[in-house]
Amino acid sequence: MRFAWIGAVHLHIYAYSLHNQRKLQEKWLVSTYTPDQSLVHKAEALNSHWQPQLELLLARGRTAGADLVEVYLEQIDHLSVLAEQDTITSVTPSFGRGAGIRVFLGKQDGFVSTNDLSDAGLKHALEQALSMLGLEVNEAGRSSFNGLPNLRDFAIDKAHWLNQCPELYEASDRLLNGTQLLDQYGTHLQVRRGSYARDWQEVLVAASDGTFGRDIRLHQSIGLNVLATDGEHRSSIGRRYGTSGRPDDLRKWDAETSAKEVCESAGTMLYADYVDAGQMPAVLANRFGGVIFHEACGHLLETTQIERGTTPFSDKLNQSIAHEAVTAIDEGITDGAFGSLSMDDEGMESQRTVLIKNGVLKQFISDRAGELRTGHQRTGSGRRQSHTFAAASRMRNTYIAAGQHSPEQLIASIDRGLYCKSMGGGSVGPTGQFNFAVEEGYLIEKGKLGKPVKGATLIGEAKDVMPRISMCAKDLELAAGFCGSISGNIFVTVGQPHIKVDSITVGGR
Amino acid sequence: MMSEIKAANAIELDTHSLRDKLSQLASRESIHQWDLGAACSTDSSVQIDRGEAKQMKGAQRSSITVRVWNNKGLVGITSTSDLSEKGIEKALIGARQASDFGNADDVPAFSTLAKSPLPKLERPLRPAQGIQRMLEVLKEAEADLLSRHPAIQSIPYNGLGEATYERVYLNSDGALRQMKRSQASLYLFARAEESGRKPRSGGAIRLALGSHDLDIDGCIDEAAERTISHLDYQPIDTGCYLVCFTPEAFLDLIGAFSSMFNARAVLDGVSLSQRETIGKNIAVPFFSLHDNGLHPAHVGASSFDGEGTPTQKLCLINGGRLESFLHSEATARAFGVTPTGHAGLGAKVSVGPDWFEVSNTEGQSSANTHLQHSRSKETFVLIEGLNALHAGVKASQGSFSLPFNGWLVIKGERVSIEAATVAGDIRTLLNSIVNMEAEQVITPGGVSPHVWVEGLSITGEA
Repeated sequence: MRFAWIGAVHLHIYAYSLHNQRKLQEKWLVSTYTPDQSLVHKAEALNSHWQPQLELLLARGRTAGADLVEVYLEQIDHLSVLAEQDTITSVTPSFGRGAGIRVFLGKQDGFVSTNDLSDAGLKHALEQALSMLGLEVNEAGRSSFNGLPNLRDFAIDKAHWLNQCPELYEASDRLLNGTQLLDQYGTHLQVRRGSYARDWQEVLVAASDGTFGRDIRLHQSIGLNVLATDGEHRSSIGRRYGTSGRPDDLRKWDAETSAKEVCESAGTMLYADYVDAGQMPAVLANRFGGVIFHEACGHLLETTQIERGTTPFSDKLNQSIAHEAVTAIDEGITDGAFGSLSMDDEGMESQRTVLIKNGVLKQFISDRAGELRTGHQRTGSGRRQSHTFAAASRMRNTYIAAGQHSPEQLIASIDRGLYCKSMGGGSVGPTGQFNFAVEEGYLIEKGKLGKPVKGATLIGEAKDVMPRISMCAKDLELAAGFCGSISGNIFVTVGQPHIKVDSITVGGR
Repeated sequence: MMSEIKAANAIELDTHSLRDKLSQLASRESIHQWDLGAACSTDSSVQIDRGEAKQMKGAQRSSITVRVWNNKGLVGITSTSDLSEKGIEKALIGARQASDFGNADDVPAFSTLAKSPLPKLERPLRPAQGIQRMLEVLKEAEADLLSRHPAIQSIPYNGLGEATYERVYLNSDGALRQMKRSQASLYLFARAEESGRKPRSGGAIRLALGSHDLDIDGCIDEAAERTISHLDYQPIDTGCYLVCFTPEAFLDLIGAFSSMFNARAVLDGVSLSQRETIGKNIAVPFFSLHDNGLHPAHVGASSFDGEGTPTQKLCLINGGRLESFLHSEATARAFGVTPTGHAGLGAKVSVGPDWFEVSNTEGQSSANTHLQHSRSKETFVLIEGLNALHAGVKASQGSFSLPFNGWLVIKGERVSIEAATVAGDIRTLLNSIVNMEAEQVITPGGVSPHVWVEGLSITGEA
């Protein structure tokens, strides 16, 4: 199962335009880690020792005439492990460092990234960014930049996170336990896979407006996937679970429950018929069901979409854009959630942002450039995959709030429709058309769940579907995923309680 | 005075230094077998918004992947962007530690072809124009596209970029591969809206060896034509239709199911094919498919893969019959064939296609050559582009259910489809092809004619 909610068409365009180059680079550019955790801390830490060098860079940029200069330093350490059947078949460690330097002049910006963190390398990158805006370093000039304040260090209690993570031996054992449980609980399983990924990242952000922050992030995810086959019948089912800031995550993972859930779904879907196409009401389950809000509305509330003129909601602040049953939130503060972060990638502390209150649009998701270009106040949502991307306004933990109903009441209210128990990926395009795949679906007949169906893709227009979310249940839950868009692939959660959509187009056969 | 990121500024890999450093470190660590893949790139790009520069980007990237065989013959890797001696040392030691977890049942080896002669590729390096010139070009292109129709109000997604990059493969057995390329890209995606109607969009992409060589006018024309052609739209009734895929759409679809031809996927049990599928008919007799990473129109062509194996043109399907799989060194050994030049680099080596060529089988044709997208009088759906392939394709099951852009064509009249999905099974589809037009069209992702398929399920949005 893929948990990639690829948002907005620009990622596809960018990826496609560099298709051939990327294909070549992907053969080499794997990510990062070293299996001996202790090695990581032998690297130079990104901390206040960098202050003099950063101040020099910021002063140079301001002297050259830049309105604002921002330096983002990053150190990463990554490990991924794959188990197939009863064998560890791939261990992929990688590590690296880099910097992204962004210079603003008016509403324009120039951005340069580099792997070279030497004085000369950073100076060269700054000069390149300045030159993009027609600016030159003026060694004799005087800067209005008064230096950085004391470091806001969000990483003080996180220094040992990496060493507290499971050793490779332990991670491998947990994965193999998972694939063995799949064998125990599944039938007709042709392929059993378990995968683990651990992303550690240390960042230091400094800007000429006095921003100076440091953080350490730790994301871990574990997934189980199966391919079940019986003659011509096939079903592939997967689940992935992810947390942030919890080194013990893998140790606490309930492999048995996960394996049972995957095997039950695979068994059910193995003989499922393809769904009949049509327009019908639908109930979307909690957790991954939240992909509908992520694609149909969340992306369209990012200020990058306002800048491009690609959201129908740009002039709808304090107006109704959804059914009054809908209250939606984007936040970065839920403990352990995949999209949580202490500070964003522009050094701003994370916060809780109410996007929609009882159907009325209350706020947009904004970053530094978004505030500059659209006037919407920053929300601590400037995010990027790595130093190679400029930050952009992006979602964090995004969900529809709990309502008053039980899931059964939602289903009982439908005479004929579709129950979407598990969702796949989705996307939204520049005109607001969204889509997402249903991995596991059931017909609803006369208020009750009927036979399982597969092959459904739900499509619609954002501004049409939001008023049709007419009922929300009480059972809000979040689910981890990855979102790809203008500033790369980032960790997010989607979420919602069970919701009812009065009418939606179900693509099928 | 603007300084510019020119190709001349591109960082370069010092191959001999890399080899010397790694040899010394490996010798010190008693590592007798190793190989290395390295890459670096320098690129710059611009985006604009209504005549003004919006964002300009530049990047220098470098990375290496080190792979070692330990004293038990097991393999481990580590990658890093730190090309300093310290970084390389750390990567080498990390790879050896990872090799403790190497899979004894599937140990990669050096490609037997890693020192064979490479095919000649004519891909001269082109000079970069620089940020300021790219900005001017893109501003002109935006203005031109905006002027094509009053409904075209913005070009929300646009970009012009140029890059130089270098790749190296070397191993402890003396293999050394190296290549340098330049590449440029332009994309223009317009958004159009008429009063009382839904917004519509369309776009185009061009690739070239350098930004001087980009077909900018062609990109503008295509983006305008596509956008304007979708302004007058209608919903489509749900049902079964005769469908014609544009070359771009068909290549996207076949690419999404490339695990059918992938030996790694076959060995892993996640392909629709098995070992014994070779030699069997999986498509109509007039359908043929090659993977040709050497095609002259393939801008990003490389003469070797991640294991140093030479790139080649490989016949996958001939006359509807499956002829070959794509291979790495390890999968080729498992199948008793030679590597085909489609490998990555890893402890478990990935395999992937380069550049597909879809064609009519020589000497074969369908009984429906009258089906031509530009003049047929039949009722059919012309699919211009498929969306959300990452979500709507179940490669291991063979099924797809995908949103698309396209037109309903009735008696030669095209009407844009408001919103719809197309669904089916790839195996059924390959046997339901009723015609492949004669003209081969070069796209950024491969070569294909328009492909006609009967009986596909289309769901329209009410």
